[in-house]
Amino acid sequence: MGIGNIVFIIILLAASAAFGYQASKIRRNILLGKDLDRNDRKKDRWILMIKVALGQSKMVVRPVAGIMHIFIYAGFVIINIEVLEIVIDGIFGTHRAFAFLGGFYDFLIGSFEILAFLVLFSCVVFFTRRNAINIKRFHSKEMKGWPKSDANLILVVEVLLMFAFLSMNSTDYLLQQRGADHYIAAGAYPISSLMTPMFEWMSTDGLIIYERSAWWFHIVGILLFLNYLPISKHFHIILAFPNVFYSKLQPAGKFTNMDRVTDEVKLMMDPTADPFAAPPPTDSDAAPEKFGAKDVQDLTWKNLMDAYSCTECGRCTSNCPANNTGKLLSPRKIMMDTRDRLEEVGKNIDKHGPEYNDGKALLGDYISEEELWACTTCNACTDACPVNINPLEIIVDLRRYLVMEESKNPSELTGMFTNVENNGAPWAFPQADRLKWAEEF
Amino acid sequence: MNEAIKVPTMAEMMASGDSPDVLFWVGCSGSFDDRAKKITKAIAKILAKAKVKFAVLGTEEGCTGDPAKRAGNEFLYQMQAMMNIQVLDAYEIKKIVTGCPHCFNTIKNEYPDLGGNYEVVHHTQLIQSLIDEGRLTLQGGGEFKGKRITFHDPCYLGRANDEYEAPRSLLEKLDAELVEMKRCKSKGLCCGAGGAQMFKDAEPGNKEVNVERTEEALQEKPAVIATGCPFCNTMMTDGVKHFEKEGETQVFDVAELIAKAADL
Repeated sequence: MGIGNIVFIIILLAASAAFGYQASKIRRNILLGKDLDRNDRKKDRWILMIKVALGQSKMVVRPVAGIMHIFIYAGFVIINIEVLEIVIDGIFGTHRAFAFLGGFYDFLIGSFEILAFLVLFSCVVFFTRRNAINIKRFHSKEMKGWPKSDANLILVVEVLLMFAFLSMNSTDYLLQQRGADHYIAAGAYPISSLMTPMFEWMSTDGLIIYERSAWWFHIVGILLFLNYLPISKHFHIILAFPNVFYSKLQPAGKFTNMDRVTDEVKLMMDPTADPFAAPPPTDSDAAPEKFGAKDVQDLTWKNLMDAYSCTECGRCTSNCPANNTGKLLSPRKIMMDTRDRLEEVGKNIDKHGPEYNDGKALLGDYISEEELWACTTCNACTDACPVNINPLEIIVDLRRYLVMEESKNPSELTGMFTNVENNGAPWAFPQADRLKWAEEF
Repeated sequence: MNEAIKVPTMAEMMASGDSPDVLFWVGCSGSFDDRAKKITKAIAKILAKAKVKFAVLGTEEGCTGDPAKRAGNEFLYQMQAMMNIQVLDAYEIKKIVTGCPHCFNTIKNEYPDLGGNYEVVHHTQLIQSLIDEGRLTLQGGGEFKGKRITFHDPCYLGRANDEYEAPRSLLEKLDAELVEMKRCKSKGLCCGAGGAQMFKDAEPGNKEVNVERTEEALQEKPAVIATGCPFCNTMMTDGVKHFEKEGETQVFDVAELIAKAADL
């Protein structure tokens, strides 16, 4: 085992540990959310995950982006087999450890190359689409600054990684042809063999230096990228799967029932209830839970997982009737705000402990009332999301807090509430007139 | 056919020791809004024509609580829901047909959590089954034969409950030319009324949602914009007025089209 292998093992362990640490923080943050049982109907959940996450069924609704996304996704999943070989080579100092597979190895390397090329091609197209073509959803307000750089950085890194991979193979292929030591003839190189004119002028030593450098750049790049995921929207490549698995399975129109409200309403409607009775004893001295959500901890863990699963593609927002007609609401911003606030809460816990209150909240400091009241609850956003994120649940939970805790709602809605309460209809018509239509035949 | 139709209330039916096969849940729009009342009457005519034994709650019906719930007022929603469930259970209601997708969604999906369990269908679903069973027959499409009709999917029927085919299959019975808007079915654009928006002004923006949607519908040059929701009907009607196209394009509920075609 040479010094290179030891260095490699240290880098590999450090990168894995760092990623594990970051992932555990995200897990902790998600679990700050309220309990919710999403472990029913396991079979339906697996089928949904296979269809929507693994099968990308909602991505291809927009064919251009959808198909190219599948190239990148397939490339990511399948090229990981190659990464496994690279890791084995790195640890044991072998070269192309899987070469003994013979014809199958040729097939594997050949497929990796074609996929790598497709990934590279798609990333270049995506980069151009994002920056040179005026696609509205990539240029909205919430996409300025970090979200824009994040998106571009991901694409540039993927292009560099794929180029490193292909040029590594190209120089390896040349070295194999020149019969260089250590470079056993193995693999098929449908793409990188076309790149040899770029490297043919090099001496054998030069080729070896390039091949080794590209190898190191590729694998260290992947490990660094792995540690970039947790601070990036790109974390969706991991969370997309559990996030779809834990989707809401009921009809989209069904909103959650607030059981605590049910208890109180039942008491109100019970003629035998004693209005002066002491509340039932509770075994904790915790402050009573609020109605609806003011901050991220009041949302469910699934809402918070949604926030970390969002890759800011903007399909929700581009389908949103409110956003389409110039209102402030953008469902994507709701998700980005939720994640930003949750990150802030997480950092506060790290710094000052779990009891710390920074005096800020998701509602007000991040999401405004104007955004919330523009929603028509039409479910276009939840339908459009390729990984089944639900911005609508967050919007409604924040509205619940506004209405039930703060009595803050547009004044016309106060009128509607009063009418429903007094006349049993949202308009001020007397209940006695309900059957008037039947007299009009 | 235009003779008076007897619309029995549950109270009357109960008093005579009878019970209906289906309760017609009219909804607030269908009870009070002059335009929506026409839809209600069309549904009642169809039910009567198909000899469906139905009844209404009449003055005992109250708002399902849908707009309160969507606006975040869970207390008010649950008060309404529990009062309605008490009435429905007292009359031992098993099956409900609604004239409004919002009532449909709320009773079907949200009342069970409060103990109200009923078989709930939207009026387009019921009419479709009446035609399938041969209880209602149409002699061609009447005045709509060959006309261009586009269907605007109500969010609470379509995306919320995955029902896209029942209203379309009824329109096909009219021998009309069914044209789809650019955004239709699961991609259909909201009319702008849901989520309690019906009862308030829109937030500041550059366009009203119903204008955006009507514009899209009018691009198909339809003689009729069909809907299955009284709120959508209001919004699309206002949209057509906005573009001053009342001369070329009319807005009808699917039930009204069927009633007209069946000469009711």
